[in-house]
Amino acid sequence: MEPSLVTSIGKIQLERPVMLASGILGISLDVFNRLYRSGAGAVVSKSLSTEPWDGYPNPTIFGINGGGWINAVGLSNPGAPNFAKMIEPNKDVPIIISLVGSIPEDFSTMVEQFKNSKVIAYELNLSCPHVAKVGLEVGDDPELVKKIVSTVKNSTNVPVIAKVGLGTTHYLNTVSAAIDSGIDAITAINTIRAIAIDVETQRPILSNKFGGLSGTPIKPIALRCVYEISSKYDIPIIGCGGISTWEDALEFILAGASAIQIGSAIGDNWIHVFNDINKGILQYMKRKGYSKIDEMIGLAKKS
Amino acid sequence: MQRNLNHTKICVIEKVIDETPTVRTLIFSDDVMSSVLPGQFAMVWIPGINELPMSVMIAQESGKAAFTVRKHGPASTGLFNVKVGQQIGVRGPYGNSFDLKQGKLLLVGGGTGLVPMMRLLTHIKPNDDVTVLIGAKSKNEVFFEDLANNLLKNNPHRVIVTTDDGTYGEKGFVTSMVEKLVNEINFDGIYTCGPEIMMYKTVQLAHSRGLFVQASLERMMKCGVGICGSCCVGEDLVCKDGTVFDGDHLISNKEFGRFHRNKAGILENY
Repeated sequence: MEPSLVTSIGKIQLERPVMLASGILGISLDVFNRLYRSGAGAVVSKSLSTEPWDGYPNPTIFGINGGGWINAVGLSNPGAPNFAKMIEPNKDVPIIISLVGSIPEDFSTMVEQFKNSKVIAYELNLSCPHVAKVGLEVGDDPELVKKIVSTVKNSTNVPVIAKVGLGTTHYLNTVSAAIDSGIDAITAINTIRAIAIDVETQRPILSNKFGGLSGTPIKPIALRCVYEISSKYDIPIIGCGGISTWEDALEFILAGASAIQIGSAIGDNWIHVFNDINKGILQYMKRKGYSKIDEMIGLAKKS
Repeated sequence: MQRNLNHTKICVIEKVIDETPTVRTLIFSDDVMSSVLPGQFAMVWIPGINELPMSVMIAQESGKAAFTVRKHGPASTGLFNVKVGQQIGVRGPYGNSFDLKQGKLLLVGGGTGLVPMMRLLTHIKPNDDVTVLIGAKSKNEVFFEDLANNLLKNNPHRVIVTTDDGTYGEKGFVTSMVEKLVNEINFDGIYTCGPEIMMYKTVQLAHSRGLFVQASLERMMKCGVGICGSCCVGEDLVCKDGTVFDGDHLISNKEFGRFHRNKAGILENY
């Protein structure tokens, strides 16, 4: 019998384990449809704020020699009300809405705005490393994380995921705070705060100076985080950070992830990456004799 | 190590040509940019100011490339004001290119949309019969007429200029001339770049007559590599699927000619 790529992240069930990460290609329902047809098991929207944000001026992205990216797009997004209206016609695509805000009410207000949309989960961005007063600055405050998670959990029956990253507070404290307040799953990790300087002009390249490092350079770090979270907590995990091949995806599953997200690899290999990873995982499962993703989750912790 | 095309490469401006009071061509040396295909673009960094997508201009000398810019917003004005000896950063090239047909060709350019048309002229075959349409608002905004004639000097060709106010060339919109020509001539290939409404009408006129047509689109672009999503048009990403699209495809795109997105990604009417 053909192995199944179906996977569950707590109550969230996906046909395929590879999703689009937040911040990537996420402003058009038409593009979501295309990504779903291209093999994505779900798509995560750009992080939405209560009002539209233009983001930072260019340059907003920089390709590192040797691989990887630094970006500071600045969470540009059309705002939650506009986005909710845009996805109203959605029938087929499993959409996860990423939300960014400063206070619990920002998040609960936006969740309310999506109540008539077909949404399979919310992902709270507690980890963007380059925008003030949101993202990592929120994630670094475990008490605020508790309040936000509790408020959102009280506002909706849709599963809620916390996306954590590496900031000044140990990320495991953020994970712990989110779990204490009833979070349904954890996405780990976001980009890591970084900078690129041009030696000819002797200035930082990104308009915001600091950006988030993503792509292959952060994969081993992200993998370590997934392994640590799954070793310490009984919580569904979505692995994110530098995944570009089916082997990368399987490493995260073996470390304890129930699903994975793809971001930077789209900049390198375009959207074929979804089907390439799906095919690779299926072939691996056939070769190793697995019938379900679930049989492989966390196997690396046994050794 | 092979050059990482996503890594900004610093280039020095060697020559500046004033095309009109508001349009300049900046020439620099770069082997990668000198050999790009017509329709491809680069992300151009003006240090301290901004970075913007630019179609890459002709390289009449080996190893040289150029950008032609009209001063408009802060970024393009920043590039317009770059002097000889100053540095810019380039990454890319990105995007696809025009499919070159042979025979009777029509090139329709409006404003700085003429840039990829000029690059395309450097790739045509000696026997191609080429008509170039240059659309401008008025006489002082006409440029590249001599360049087009020069590039086509060994081909059967004609260069027609239209101005909206009739101060030079034929009076009227360039699309009126497109309509006249496609009614007279069975073109083997039509190529266009410029304001989207102009391209929309050109594509409609060509498509309705069953003629092969391609357009090079422009959208708000932040990353250039298919990550930020800012440049989406319907299901398409201009940076990865374009900038060049077939007329057949564009006709079925519900946003082409109708909507574009602002910096926040909100759809706005043209």
